[in-house]
Amino acid sequence: MTPPLGTSWDLPQPPEPEPVAMTSLSNSLSPAQGLAPAANGDVADFFALLKPRVMALVIFTALVGMTVSHASVNPVIGAISLLMIAVGAGASGCLNMWWDADVDAVMTRTRTRPIPAGRIQPGEALAFGLVLSVGSVLVLGLAANWLAAGLLAFTIVFYAVIYSMWLKRATAQNIVIGGAAGALPPMIGQAVVTGGVGIEGLVLFLIIFIWTPPHFWALALVKSGEYARAGIPMMPNVAGPDSTRRQIVAYSALLAPLGLAPVFLGFGGQIYAVVALLGGLGMLALSLQVQRIRQGETANRTAMSLFAFSILYLFLLFSALLAEQGLGLFRPLPLIA
Amino acid sequence: MMDPRPLTPDEVRRRRKRSVAIALVLAALVAIFYALTIAKLGPQVLNRPL
Repeated sequence: MTPPLGTSWDLPQPPEPEPVAMTSLSNSLSPAQGLAPAANGDVADFFALLKPRVMALVIFTALVGMTVSHASVNPVIGAISLLMIAVGAGASGCLNMWWDADVDAVMTRTRTRPIPAGRIQPGEALAFGLVLSVGSVLVLGLAANWLAAGLLAFTIVFYAVIYSMWLKRATAQNIVIGGAAGALPPMIGQAVVTGGVGIEGLVLFLIIFIWTPPHFWALALVKSGEYARAGIPMMPNVAGPDSTRRQIVAYSALLAPLGLAPVFLGFGGQIYAVVALLGGLGMLALSLQVQRIRQGETANRTAMSLFAFSILYLFLLFSALLAEQGLGLFRPLPLIA
Repeated sequence: MMDPRPLTPDEVRRRRKRSVAIALVLAALVAIFYALTIAKLGPQVLNRPL
């Protein structure tokens, strides 16, 4: 059950004793329900709205996008650009929490977030997210260039509107298509440094994009009950666990060779080649194990192992690129050189 | 319209922390725009006809 894009959920709202403009705005725009009426958020609550761990990952992948571009940028401009990319990503996370407060309230993993816990009012989060979105895009445009700013704006809109408001509750392909938002930061990083987007940024985008389904579906296999209760059509709930497991294997089989693409394109060296080869084989092996073990607590443990390993895999891939390009450890494979 | 209910000490403390955070963010913005101006224009920022 998904409303068309741009419509409000029109869920019953608690009566408002005071017609304060901001409060009534928040209640008319928020899809959340059953929230505590009084909110008095701490600074830490506002920071939590930005999804700090996602911000850290975005800084990391954008930095790698900058370093593989074979170009240089003024370090002050580079640092400010990275900060703005992180703030933009945080803003999209904030808008996602504003929109998904009703879903977050029924899932154990997310019910303590500031909005469902009643520490921050939906309208406060909406205003916070919008101000940071506009501010980060404008400052990035002024600091770096308007292509990078445009890509950041596209990322924010894609995550907050296309993914959160539309795809997430509409299709089992939600995280597949929505994964594009998480995959864009390396391209933004490259655009900051070069003023354009090259093959390096595109390949890093594809690696994160293809990595996203096996990563999230491994978690969804374990949490399918919670997603079902929240009404989110994740792949295990729609196509079933067996089909999801087959698709995890298919995406991992695609990811393993794709992870080696930087080696053949000349911006991944010997260290990266070893990490990508072993990591890709590890992803494939764990995926096959997830497909083989389907029953009981062992199945859940195997799926969570894949989930954890996928994070390590992506981290090591990008760390290897960063070490090679940033620390001068790049040595091309003899066959490629 | 103002909320007639007086703020509790905890709410006052949180409001103060939010105010300090806003002040710090504004100061950071000033520093960012200053650094950006110098980085973009370089020493030429001072080299102009009076």
